[in-house]
Formats: sequence, structure tokens, C-alpha cells
Amino acid sequence: MGYPHQPHPKETVVLSQYFGEAEARTYDGWVKRGGYAALKKALGMEPAQVTELVKESGLRGRGGAGFPTGLKWSFMPKEKKRAHYLCCNADESEPGTFKDREIMRWTPHALIEGCAIAQYAIQAEVAYIYIRGEFTEPLRIMERALAEAYKKGTLGANAMGSGKRLDMYLHRGAGAYICGEETALMNSIEGRRGNPRIRPPFPAAAGVFGMPTTINNVETLTAVPHILNRGPAWYKGLSLSNPKSTGTKLFSISGHVKRPGNYEVTVGFPLGELVNEMAGLRDGRTLKACIPGGSSVPILNREETESCKLDYEGCVEKGTMLGSGGVIVFDDTADMVYQIMRLTRFYAHESCAQCTQCREGTAWTVRILQRILAGQGTMKDLDLLLDLSEQMTGKTICVLSDSCAAPVVSGIKKFRGEFEAYIKGARKPVLAHA
Amino acid sequence: MADQELVHLTIEGAPVSVPKGTMLIEAAKQAGVMIPHYCYHSGLPVAGVCRMCLVSIEKMPKLQIACATQVAEGMVVNVMSQQAKEARKGVLEFLLINHPLDCPICDQAGECELQDFTFQEGRARTRYTPTYAKRFNPVEDFGPDILYVPNRCILCTRCVRFMDHVAEDPIINVSERGDRAFIGIHPERRLDHPWAGNVVDLCPVGSLLSKDFLHKARAWELDKTASVCTGCSQGCNINLDTRNNVVVRVRPRGNLEVNRYFMCDHGRMQYRWMNRGDRIEAPLVAEGKELVAVSWDHALARAAEVLRGASGKAVVLASPRASTEALFLVKRLLERFQLTAAFRVERVAGESPLPGVPNLALRGERAPNVAGAALLGYAERQDAGQAFAGAAVGLVLDDGLEGISAEQLRGAAQLIYLGTMLPEAARGARVVLPVANVTEEEGSFVNRDRRLQRYFQAKAAPGMARPAWWVLGELLAQLKLGGPFDSAAEAFAWLAAEDGRFAGLSYEALGTQGTVLPEQRSAKVGA
Repeated sequence: MGYPHQPHPKETVVLSQYFGEAEARTYDGWVKRGGYAALKKALGMEPAQVTELVKESGLRGRGGAGFPTGLKWSFMPKEKKRAHYLCCNADESEPGTFKDREIMRWTPHALIEGCAIAQYAIQAEVAYIYIRGEFTEPLRIMERALAEAYKKGTLGANAMGSGKRLDMYLHRGAGAYICGEETALMNSIEGRRGNPRIRPPFPAAAGVFGMPTTINNVETLTAVPHILNRGPAWYKGLSLSNPKSTGTKLFSISGHVKRPGNYEVTVGFPLGELVNEMAGLRDGRTLKACIPGGSSVPILNREETESCKLDYEGCVEKGTMLGSGGVIVFDDTADMVYQIMRLTRFYAHESCAQCTQCREGTAWTVRILQRILAGQGTMKDLDLLLDLSEQMTGKTICVLSDSCAAPVVSGIKKFRGEFEAYIKGARKPVLAHA
Repeated sequence: MADQELVHLTIEGAPVSVPKGTMLIEAAKQAGVMIPHYCYHSGLPVAGVCRMCLVSIEKMPKLQIACATQVAEGMVVNVMSQQAKEARKGVLEFLLINHPLDCPICDQAGECELQDFTFQEGRARTRYTPTYAKRFNPVEDFGPDILYVPNRCILCTRCVRFMDHVAEDPIINVSERGDRAFIGIHPERRLDHPWAGNVVDLCPVGSLLSKDFLHKARAWELDKTASVCTGCSQGCNINLDTRNNVVVRVRPRGNLEVNRYFMCDHGRMQYRWMNRGDRIEAPLVAEGKELVAVSWDHALARAAEVLRGASGKAVVLASPRASTEALFLVKRLLERFQLTAAFRVERVAGESPLPGVPNLALRGERAPNVAGAALLGYAERQDAGQAFAGAAVGLVLDDGLEGISAEQLRGAAQLIYLGTMLPEAARGARVVLPVANVTEEEGSFVNRDRRLQRYFQAKAAPGMARPAWWVLGELLAQLKLGGPFDSAAEAFAWLAAEDGRFAGLSYEALGTQGTVLPEQRSAKVGA
């Protein structure tokens, strides 16, 4: 629900049902709300059966890539020869995205339960929850919840009396965006510099500490107990547009809206309704643009926003991605050139410095955009930006440089007039120096 | 080893077959294609960060890095596709935007991979507006012989990976992020590992520099000669870089069996003595109490006369830096005497291994041919000075005579001195024959693992100095015992014919990588 706002009638509240209820944070409060029943159920099944259920549900990764979760779990070696690990990616750092934070703040046990089920399914005795360093409050809440879960015997050497060992550790990040990239996250857990690794090997073959590892997003794992409780058919039934996209998804809405916050809707929900009706534009303002899936995905213009269906396929159809569900809304007062520069500056700051294109390209992109904003740009600069973006796309270890290029390319394509206005002097420079 | 499974693929139109698991960049070498690269180095773990080796592979939508892509059956690789060329051009432009372009004052110019690939594939002009400031960080003093020039750094991380995984002394890293990144060093450490100098060789640009070589020569002025390090008995393969008949730098030469791509800092510094000017430049013979310069004919005749006229006990004190050929020829020259053959070697306690390479260390015995001398029947005698007592003839082959007195040498009735320098104690010699040092002749050494390796002539010998194999060949000829030799190869051929342990070998067969002498072969021919 759109905490701190009242739930909107068009929301489908599953994960966010208990947002705002302090009692749900406690172990007893969580059990009272049906918590840990799914884990109990899972522990009575074969690990492969649990994976099969998740496969059937059609659940896909909520971190951005949308990879089918059950399929990912099934990549883990069937016969356990070495330690298996589960990593939970709670390093939510994508600009515009703040759903995992709320899940951890209000329903820490939901995440613990989801992790425990996944751990059991992939035969991992140890799970690491890699939590963003800046998330001080969620960290405190998670620590408390984890301590409670251990105290109650839900976790530990004999989890829920099943005879299975399920250990879970919180690992706090130190503030690097790139540590949200799955292999950088694993390096960071290992105590190394958070640099993405070249693949192959993929995590299921050699992940954290070189062992078979599955890594899932907070929201993905939190959906798992619901699938076990209510069955994969129910989850699969939650689909408004494309049957390949199922379930509910939290969308974090920020930017030029009246009611920013997290909204949970069935996937395939129209983006236009989410923006215009649920979050609501400011009075007298019109929609100019929207980034539907966190800052890394291409920008949509008004028409595209209003006809976009919020599922993996619907977004691709509009030339963007569902991503992490961080919806950033721009109304007619937005300066798209400045906004894009601001986004690229973030990526330039966060580049891990491994790949040449990313290290140098992100920073160069910022300089060109700043030059344009200072009124010193030329028409050639736009071609240069597009060419650099081409060089930064699909050529590096991870997708950080692609993410920097995406808003630039879509921005120039859809809002070229605003760039030209700065270049031709029709708009006053907003930066003093290039 | 069992037969390795071969994979067949096509690279730039050329079919190649390589073992399964080979990376494309190595497979391409076999097809005669050098894929441009910076971070990749065959002696280091793969990083895959410079993105320079991007190539097109049929049926793959994206370009792939050749350094981290394994070969696959039927793969068709295009290194020079338009797409791949554009990508590499892009990388080069990115690498240059923060580069100072100070090639005219950069030591690396002429042997710089950034220069080379930019000329090969880069843009003629940058599109980085000249008003943008370039990244600037001051030059840092990293170690006794290493400077770090961060402005030229392309962050390929070869140095970091060398220190992490080969030297296993992880004291440097990539510090900071984004375009602010640079190579950082542990605040309380220096880059003073005994093998640290290799980071200078590994650096593909002029970012890590040797202070010793700083501004000494331009790369294009240097001649390179394959040689073998004289610093210890390990026998690392090296190149001698010479400029105008002066050795100015020593760098490792690849040999997977010995030193891979590396050499230690001690070995690197073993070149100053090679350029010494205080050399014997003419043959000398004793006239009364004086040594006077004479022609080679005169000197050789005098030496032959000494040998002919003597009998009974003879002593030879040879340097373990002398070539295998010379060590053999001396023994043949003195074979009719009751011979004591000795050598002395500087020994230092402890070794300095390079942990990432098996059986590679700066060894305690600090001479290159200790094993060769031992093999040919020379015994190590630290009290070699005593050995001359009562000998009819004493012969010294390039031992510096440190710690040996003129008095001790007078124990031998007559002394012949073959050497590069004339120590005070040797002034009592009947004949002094000036010989070439290791850089001025061809020859071979046997390393501690019985590997026989050739070294080549890098510069001219001073004055009338001649290679020891030539001098000894002439003397053998005068005494009708063998020789003379027109080349080191001929001298070696005689050794191979006369000593069963060298049977079947030739300079041609040794090549530049050498060969291990078989164990348990007798010195007798045909045994």
C-alpha cells in the first residue's frame, strides 16, 4: 500500500499488507499474522518441490532483470558437494527505488521467512542478507528480527525442529551503488573491493567464496511465503496483461507527484493510472516524462507512459524496462537536460573503474551535458553523446555504463528540443561552468 | 600427459586447433593474429577490464572479450570486423581523454602499447574538448626503483595482479572509483619486494617507471640481445638492452620453463659491471718485472711455451661466470697435467622466491654457471689461494682474485691469467690474456636445474679482448690438442662431440630457450 498514505482501491495488497503496523515487526506479531507457516510447510517438503512451486507461480526477479526465480534456483547443483549459499540483495541503491527498505522496515520477518524457504530449496545452510549501508533503521529492525528468529528456534542449527541448519547473517554495505550488482555484492561479502566479476562462471557455479550461490532481491524472496501459503495457481492468476508476468509488484513513486510512496499492484497494471490517479500529479501540471523502473532504464514520454503496461513485456514494448519498479515522474516543469545530467553524474560517481568505457565514458558524458547546460554546447555534442552511449552499451562487465547511457539516449531521442534550446541559446544556461 | 582434447575454430579466416579451455586471445596467436589488449597478460590472472580485446563472434549478438572467452568448436571469430574495430577505437579514445599525451618526455614512448594501438586503430583526433581538465595526480615514489605516474595510468591492473597473485605481497590496489581511480599503495609499505621491478615491465604505458632507467635512453635507440642473467644460478632468460655499445637496461625474456616473464631486481641491476671501462685491452707478457703489451701472436706463443715446458701439477681457478665452452676448453688444455680444477662462488644465505611461479627464486649462489663448472669437474674451493702451492702451472680464468695474494699465486711456478680486468695480484703472471665478458661473446651456461642455455653477443669487446673460447682454441691449436675455433658454435660442437653428457646438442638445437641436460649420462663418448 502507498504507505504513509491510505491504500488505494486499485492496489493489490500482498507484500505491503502490514506496512505501518509496528506489531508486525515482532516475532509474535508476525506469527499472529500467519507468519512462518509457509516455512513450516516448506520444511515438510522436498527442496526440489519447493523450487517447483516457485517455478509454477511464474515469480520473476524483482531486482531489475526479471529472471524467473524458480529457474534460477534450479540452476543450483542438485547433488550438494560443496557449501551452497543464498545471498539476499538488500543493497537497494537504484535511484528512485525504495521498496525493499519498506519491506525490511515493516515486515522483517517476511524477508527472513522468504530467505529461509529459499535457503532450504537450494540447500544452503547459510544466507547473507547484504543490506545497504545507509539503511540504518532497516538494519536495526532486521537485526532485532533476526535475533528473535534465532531465539525462537526458527533459525539456527535445528530450524523449526526440522533438523536442518539455517543460518542467516546481515552484512552491511559501505555505500557503493555497484555493490548491488550481484557479483560485486559477492566480492564485497568476501571482503574484497566491490567490483563486478566477469561471467562465466555464473553464481550458481561459483558465487560467494567460490561456492554455488543463488542471489535474489528482497522483494522476490518476500513473495515466496505467499506462494507457498496460497499456492502457485493463485499467484499465477495475478496477471493483468502478459501471462509471463505474474504476481504483485511494489512500485516506488517519486518525483513530481502529490502522493509519493510505495504502491503495490498486480503486474500488468497501467502505468498511466499509477501515475495520474494513484500518485497524482500536482495541480495544474501535466505529465512530461516518466522513468518506470529505476534510473537505469530508458525514459518514457507522456504518451508512452500513459499506454505502458507495468509488466516485463509491456515495458519492453515501450522500449524501456520494468527494472526495480522505481517510478520517477517528471511534470512539465522538469528540465530534462538537467535531470539527465544529474542521473549521469550519479553513475560517473559510482562507476567501479574497472572497464574503460564506464570509467571514462560516464564522466565524459557528464562533462558534455554540463557544457550544454552552461550554454556552451554544440549540435555536434548531441551526436557525440549518442556515439559515446553506443560505446558504453553492451561492452562492459556489468550494466552500469549501459544504465548511464540509457537515459541519455532516450532523453535525446524524446526531448531533443530541450537540448537544442540550450545549444541554440533559446534557454538560459543553468550552470556557470562547463 | 594424456592427449588433450582439441577444439577447432576459425580466427580471421585462419583455421586453428587448440586445446579445450584455451582463451581466444591465445588461440589467435596461433592463427598469427595479435588481438590488441592492455589488461591481459599471459603471466597474470585474467581481469577482463580494459575491454580492448573485444572481437566479433558469429552467432553472438554482443562483442566478446577475447581474453576471457573460451574457444568452442566451430567458432568463427572476426577480430577486424567493423563492429570490433569501432569498439576498440572507442576504448582508445576513452583511454586517451585523461592521458597527458606527454610522449616526448615519457620513457615508455616507442615501446608503449597505448601509442602503438592508437597508431594502429585509434582516432586521429580526440573529441574531448580541449577545455576540459584532465585528471591530475602527482608522481609518487613507490619503491627503491619504482615511480608511479598516475596521469599516464590506464588502470589495467597488471601491477596490482602481479603483486597480489604472483609476488603474493598485496600492497598496491585500485584506490577510489570512477575516473578518479588510481593505483594506491599501502601507506606504510614500499614497493620493495625483491621481484617488484616486474611491475615496470608489465605496465603497458609509462605509468610505472624504473628510476634506474629514467630518461636514460629512448626505446627506439635500443638494441635487444637475448642473454642469460648472471645474477645467480637460476638462469633467468633476459634481454640486454644496449645503446651505443653500452648496456643500459636488463629486462626479462619469456621462458615458460625457467622464469616465465619475470626476473628479480638483483638480476636487473647486474649490468653496470658489464660496462666497466677499466678493462685489459691488450695481451700482456712479463718482461723482467714489467708486463708489456704485445700482439696476440706473441702472447699466445708465450703462453704455449709456458704450457709446453711444464709438467706435473697444474691448477686452474675458473670463474663460474665463464662459459661452459671456456670451462671445457681449459680442462682439455691442461689435461696432461695432474690437474686441480677449482672455482669460487659468492654465496648468500637464503633465497628470494617469486611465490606465484614454481621453482623460481633469486638463489643463494650468485653466479650463472656453477652447475656447468661442477658438471665439468671443477670443485668449489673457497680456499683456492692455497691450491697454487707446488704447481708447475697456474691458470686463472676470469676469477677476480679477491682475497688471494700475489704470494699465494707465486706458489705456482708460472701463472697464466685470462681475464677481463687485471687485479693487482695477477701482475706476477707470465702471460695475461684479455677476454670478453658475457655481453661481448656467445656462450652457454648450465643453470641449477641442468638447463643448458645460450647467451648472445650484445656489444663489442674493448680493444683487443677476445672471447675465452677463441683464446683457448688458439692455445689448444698451438699445442696440437684441438681447435682452433672460428665461432662459439664450433667450440660447443667440439664439447658436444667429446663429452657424452652434451652429445647430440648444438647451438641451433639449443635456440633461445635452452634444453635440460639428461641425467645419468656418462662424460665418455658413446657410453
